[in-house]
Amino acid sequence: MKKTMTFAAALLAASVLSGMASAKTLVYCSEASPANFDPGTTTGGNDFDASSRTVYSRLVEFKHGGTEIEPGLADKWEISDDGLVYTFHLHPGVKFQTTDYFKPTRDLNADDVVFSFDRQFNKQNPWNGDKYLPNLTWDYYTGMDMPKYVAKWEKVDDLTVKLTLTEPNAPMLANLGMDFASIVSKEYADQLEKDGKMADFSTKPIGTGPFQFVDYQLDAVIRYAANPDYFKGKEKIDDLVFAITPDATARIQKVLAGECDVAPYPNPADIATIKANKDVTLMDQAGLNIGYMSYNTTIPPLDKPEVRHALNQAIDREALIKSLFQDAGATPAENLIPPTMWSWDKDVKTDAYNPDEAKKVLEAAGLKEIQLWASDRVRPYNPNFQRAAELIQADWAKVGVKATIVNYEWTKYREEGKKKDRPGAFQIGWTGDNGDPDNFFATLFACSAVGVSNYSSWCDKDFEDLIQKAKKTSDQAERTKLYEQAQVIFAKQAPAFLLAHSQVYAVVRNNVSGFKMDPLGIHRFDGVDKAE
Amino acid sequence: MLRYLLNKIALLIPTLVGITICAFAFVRLLPGDPILAMAGEHGVAPARYEELKQQFGYNLPIWEQYARYVGEVATGDFGVSISSKRPVLEEFKTLFPATLELSFFAMIFAMVIGIPAGIFAAVKRGSWFDQSLMGTALVGYSMPIFWWGLLLIIFFSGYLGWTPVSGRIGLQFFFKPITGFMTIDSLLHGKWDAFRSALSHLVLPAIVLGTIPLAVIARQTRSAMLEVLGEDYVRTARAKGLSGARVIGVHALRNALIPVVTTIGLQVGTLLAGAILTETIFAWPGIGKWMVDSIFKRDYVVVQSGLLLIALIVMAVNLIVDVLYAVINPRIRAA
Repeated sequence: MKKTMTFAAALLAASVLSGMASAKTLVYCSEASPANFDPGTTTGGNDFDASSRTVYSRLVEFKHGGTEIEPGLADKWEISDDGLVYTFHLHPGVKFQTTDYFKPTRDLNADDVVFSFDRQFNKQNPWNGDKYLPNLTWDYYTGMDMPKYVAKWEKVDDLTVKLTLTEPNAPMLANLGMDFASIVSKEYADQLEKDGKMADFSTKPIGTGPFQFVDYQLDAVIRYAANPDYFKGKEKIDDLVFAITPDATARIQKVLAGECDVAPYPNPADIATIKANKDVTLMDQAGLNIGYMSYNTTIPPLDKPEVRHALNQAIDREALIKSLFQDAGATPAENLIPPTMWSWDKDVKTDAYNPDEAKKVLEAAGLKEIQLWASDRVRPYNPNFQRAAELIQADWAKVGVKATIVNYEWTKYREEGKKKDRPGAFQIGWTGDNGDPDNFFATLFACSAVGVSNYSSWCDKDFEDLIQKAKKTSDQAERTKLYEQAQVIFAKQAPAFLLAHSQVYAVVRNNVSGFKMDPLGIHRFDGVDKAE
Repeated sequence: MLRYLLNKIALLIPTLVGITICAFAFVRLLPGDPILAMAGEHGVAPARYEELKQQFGYNLPIWEQYARYVGEVATGDFGVSISSKRPVLEEFKTLFPATLELSFFAMIFAMVIGIPAGIFAAVKRGSWFDQSLMGTALVGYSMPIFWWGLLLIIFFSGYLGWTPVSGRIGLQFFFKPITGFMTIDSLLHGKWDAFRSALSHLVLPAIVLGTIPLAVIARQTRSAMLEVLGEDYVRTARAKGLSGARVIGVHALRNALIPVVTTIGLQVGTLLAGAILTETIFAWPGIGKWMVDSIFKRDYVVVQSGLLLIALIVMAVNLIVDVLYAVINPRIRAA
């Protein structure tokens, strides 16, 4: 009886696994269902994995595994001396995908590029509003302040397109490599509009990217095939399958069982099991993020840099990181930007642990009590605000400062935290969007961000001048110098306690090659291959 | 009978109102602001925030929002998902067959094991089997679904490699849905491999989801059986010299099963509640996982309408059970 059972089970298992070996199918166990397949309308990383990074291309692209910009649909571009006009030269002969629901009659041209952006801000564009999708909002486009900077997009000729800005903005190029800037097909849009099937645009995508959409079973499986006409050359894998698996433990079991080839975001508790398995590799990378704690620099005695330095020095950061991130690990932050980002200054160091020195300064300054803020939410850059607060509280107690922990639910937390008169130290963090240092420095610490996302209410003229100048400069070497100076000022003024850049993980089976972790948190499958 | 039915339906109306109020209030009591959630980490400019608030009607007084909501629901408009921009009802229709299929197999599992086990325990009352069954049933009833599911996955899928970890069917199978039930569709398409794959994907989630109903059914069958076994007519049957199997199988069982059938009907609510967790663990693309995903996305519209739709189904099933029960047992109608 037992033998028969085992045999039957083996047969069952074999029949389950046998079909998996079909030619070059890569299975990615994704963590969530995409909201839809139009990257202009969505905001989640899992939405972008399933749409922009598979089906679409952009004018410029981020280098696979990095944050540098490289040519995409635009082979080259010129930026006018005043930094206001960008001219893009499109790659000739780029084909939109041919599927059973759309057959393109022409190659990609400037009309597609103009349309891709026009639909996101022009209220007159039929694709801008409810006619396309109900309750449509273009959150990323507005979130990146594009309406403020973009004056117009123009077609010069079929293969040349011109972008005019209202004022110089060096991160603009990086913005155009972002997911919301994916180039869609105007011809396809026109056809759907004529057929009265506009909503299909978000469920049956057509792009110029490495893979084309085949089928989506809601909340279960997304199927793609390699785009045979991909302008950078057909991919090595034939089929790409997203198996949507929200539970982290189940996802990891699937990789270990060989049911999928790549899976993101393992549970920290499973990391030891993964490391012990010989068939898979645990890839990790410092995330493009920062966990930090903002001091309100406008309220005495925290308005004095030496007091803020002393508070930093009183925290045993190494122990704090170890206790918070445990096996998952994290890189102690020396600068606001992570080391993977260009212009990171290796010579700048944040305050070292020195409780004796801290005690002297804090006693002299008369700082006895402080508020210490913590939210209930788990963030990639801080897995436990409350625990962090308790540890910091204990460290500060040792130097004679009594910290009172203030708790709020996440949304309310941020609302209260950004108020200019919010006292004390506020734990927060940030995950970068586009790999540009401006996305950290200006977003988090510009004077204009006070009351918005500058939780330190820190407005330093020297720092501000540098980052504003860097924003308007298009030469990267020049910008690097400016940001390095900004980092020196930041370290000197210490408007915040810098905690860490957390690690992000992916589990990959050993027969997969070419998969790279992406600092922007995207999962890309171009250039990936699989040995049978 | 008609009067009985009308009575039952009339009773449903206050329940329905209660449910709409609960569904409406529940999502508003969830922490977090849906508009901020929609905008992601970036946040929205204050002006845009107000604009969105108006667009979604969150600026109206609470009672007006509620009236609007009930009005829409009454006309069959369950709203449009904030995140996917698709009609909620359409998504529900696509996903519901998956939940139904899983629940069906979970129930089959619970009945096939629960009923015989309950009968056997009753017949051998006080034996080691009876005692261990009752003990196990208690454990099964209090088993945390999440933990139980992961335990089975780690052992049967991870360690032994016998069953697939999650999903509904092997990824190599790809066909157009006809009924929405993978087991039926695969057969309709004449794909035996796919059918086998669908079954093997069903095993673990059906066991996990069926565990609580199994425990309930086993206990219920046992107690119903014990009660019937003590009745005069059973003693008479025995006295007539009928075989033990015949007495139990024909005379006792038929009467003992009446309360069991009701119990099974009432387990629909338990199944749907259990499906929320089970589907999340096994990445089963049904309404349970859909609800959990929507809560995380703060998709008010889906959570609200999903809760309502699920409640409607439970109510409908309970109504059917009541009616069937009345059909079987005329005494109920009179009461």
